Amino acid sequence: MDEEYDVIVLGTGLKECILSGLLSVDGLKVLHMDRNDYYGGESTSLNLVQLWKRFRGNDQPAAHLGSSRDYNVDMIPKFMMANGTLVRVLIHTDVTKYLSFKAVDGSYVYNKGKIHKVPATDMEALKSPLMGLFEKRRARSFFIYVQDYDENDPKTHGGMDLTRVTTRELIKKYGLDDNTVDFIGHAIALHRDDRYLGEPALDTVKRMKLYAESVARFQGGSPYIYPLYGLGELPQAFARLSAVYGGTYMLNKPECRVEFNEEGKVKGVTSEGETARCKKVVCDPSYLPNKVRKVGKVARAIAIMSHPIPNTSDSHSVQVILPQKQLGRRSDMYLFCCSYSHNVAPKGKFIAFVSTEAETDHPETELKSGIDLLGPVDEIFFDIYDRYEPVNEPSLDNCFISASYDATTHFESTVTDVLNMYTLITGKVVDLSVDLSSASAAEE
Amino acid sequence: MATTGNKNINSKLVLLGDVGAGKSSLVLRFVKGQFIEFQESTIGAAFFSQTLAVNDATVKFEIWDTAGQERYHSLAPMYYRGAAAAIIVYDISNQASFERAKKWVQELQSQGNPNMVMALAGNKADLVDTRKVAAEANATGFVLQLTCLQEEAQQYAQENGLFFMETSAKTAANVNEIFHEIAKRLPRVQPQNPSGMVLMDRPAERVASASCCS
Ligand SMILES: Cc1cc2nc3c(=O)[nH]c(=O)nc-3n(C[C@H](O)[C@H](O)[C@H](O)COP(=O)(O)OP(=O)(O)OC[C@H]3O[C@@H](n4cnc5c(N)ncnc54)[C@H](O)[C@@H]3O)c2cc1C
Ligand SMILES: Nc1nc2c(ncn2[C@@H]2O[C@H](COP(=O)(O)OP(=O)(O)O)[C@@H](O)[C@H]2O)c(=O)[nH]1
Ligand SMILES: [Mg+2]
Repeated sequence: MDEEYDVIVLGTGLKECILSGLLSVDGLKVLHMDRNDYYGGESTSLNLVQLWKRFRGNDQPAAHLGSSRDYNVDMIPKFMMANGTLVRVLIHTDVTKYLSFKAVDGSYVYNKGKIHKVPATDMEALKSPLMGLFEKRRARSFFIYVQDYDENDPKTHGGMDLTRVTTRELIKKYGLDDNTVDFIGHAIALHRDDRYLGEPALDTVKRMKLYAESVARFQGGSPYIYPLYGLGELPQAFARLSAVYGGTYMLNKPECRVEFNEEGKVKGVTSEGETARCKKVVCDPSYLPNKVRKVGKVARAIAIMSHPIPNTSDSHSVQVILPQKQLGRRSDMYLFCCSYSHNVAPKGKFIAFVSTEAETDHPETELKSGIDLLGPVDEIFFDIYDRYEPVNEPSLDNCFISASYDATTHFESTVTDVLNMYTLITGKVVDLSVDLSSASAAEE
Repeated sequence: MATTGNKNINSKLVLLGDVGAGKSSLVLRFVKGQFIEFQESTIGAAFFSQTLAVNDATVKFEIWDTAGQERYHSLAPMYYRGAAAAIIVYDISNQASFERAKKWVQELQSQGNPNMVMALAGNKADLVDTRKVAAEANATGFVLQLTCLQEEAQQYAQENGLFFMETSAKTAANVNEIFHEIAKRLPRVQPQNPSGMVLMDRPAERVASASCCS
């Protein structure tokens, strides 16, 4: 350890591992440590014994649930947009070869007390029971406008400048009712609140196009993909990338303490009495608690079940978005379900998550409307965790701290945070211009 | 992950063992027929594929090298995941590396798939030959010691369901042989693995033609 590194990375969460990989590929000398004896930090996937230790305080999971190691329960459950930024980063770094993905079966939205499939195209809109007969036709014309819209071809703009026209104005032009707007905004454009209505429509149109293109990409029932064995595979894959390019890995390093010089700049990290010197430190909020502040909290429930979420056409992997307005809340709620078909549970078992940005301290009551949709569960765990953001000035202390994973965000914000941090650290921009139009996937 | 189809077997093979035992050198010898005496750990290369024809099948090995993550015992579970075969390597001139090889076997037995084909490689076998002369001349116990280790390793392998060979990445002795033996021992009928897809930035042919990359 008694060496000098360009960068020491603390914590092996997804963000830290992506950064470690990018920096090692750049030729920087990287030391990557974690206080835990496993990869993934907050974004790890747990087996059953680990899950019990964490939430039940013992290591004796119920025997009827099957073998502990057949479980990979995400601590930060998220699906990836098939054409999204994370996929670009995976392809850009060539990390894809360590991973196998499967399309997610279904994408649903909660509307007036019921679950409906999210229509992604004009044709699906015509078939959707979400809307009445006339509304369907109006929605169809809107979908066609969005599908045809090409930023570089004014002929497709219908005489509107979407950088100025608001989403509300655009929607009004098609005469859509609030109900339709709600599922388009939250379940297709994936907005988290209703501010988008007053903002330029271009962003929403682009998001809708992304959704439709992602659905088309793998002919699944949703725009999402998800790795076999769970999201915990992602940090491991990026860590491997970093190691392949010379990064040094040390897990199980207790009490990593960041050391500063008189000017308050980082000079190294001490663990177990040894200090490794470095120019910069990259870490998650837990390694520098004095340089972050609490910005919110996430409430969630994790359920183990023996059946798919009811009313989702037996989807073995599915997401359901419950828009805030449908629940009378300030933030959307998410259901996320995966199963043995993605190798995250033994045959016949399903793992479901209900999560939201917490508005109270009582996750059980707060998450009830989501939990009620699950049907009977074998086991359920409740949890609230705090979210932190850095408050330091990296140019003064050379500490680069990631923000906590956000219930109300998604991989897009995860990857945006990472790319911004990369630019702060290196002064460079990652070129993500991979050709997704010709991107494809091979059956293994 | 071993899958079958017309006796084309794809199987993931991992290497384990102490730093310096010669894991990367064995792969380099097998895949490229090269040996580099004092090479720094190769940067950017830890994933190779190589195809072998055995009597009744064509086996495509997807070989994962440790990328140095073994140094501080920080290999990720992903490394073992789905491996159909493993070579546990020790350096015959280093008793401690043999002791640690046993630890790797235990680790594999707890993490890996129970039907995995495991080979124990006593590497740097060339060191016996080169030093034999000197050893005989000085009548030191060196050769004797190595011979003992060989017997111990053979017995250990037998008791723990591995097969054992002494190899040399330097002279190529037994290198192809150990991979061949693994290929022969791989189960011809594999349990159906759940098939996922691998994302690529170009259609189809890339995976098929990849022979070596990072
Ligand atoms: C604990 C937890 C649980 C969650 N559960 C769910 C869930 O069950 N279902 C669910 O849909 N989401 C859930 N989310 C949020 C979810 O991760 C994303 O909203 C959604 O999956 C978007 O996919 P992505 O992030 O893979 O797309 P990305 O690959 O990150 O995004 C690709 C592109 O999509 C656009 N985009 C997509 N979504 C958004 C968005 N929300 N905001 C801004 N731009 C976006 C961006 O323009 C970007 O260019 C959860 C988040 C957390 C923290
Ligand atoms: N004499 C001899 N040296 C070897 C042999 N195999 C590897 N080495 C040397 O041992 C050192 C470590 O080898 P390497 O493949 O990097 O080991 P790894 O850390 O297990 O991957 C290198 O200097 C190699 O040249 C061998 O069969 N004989
Ligand atoms: Mg090596």
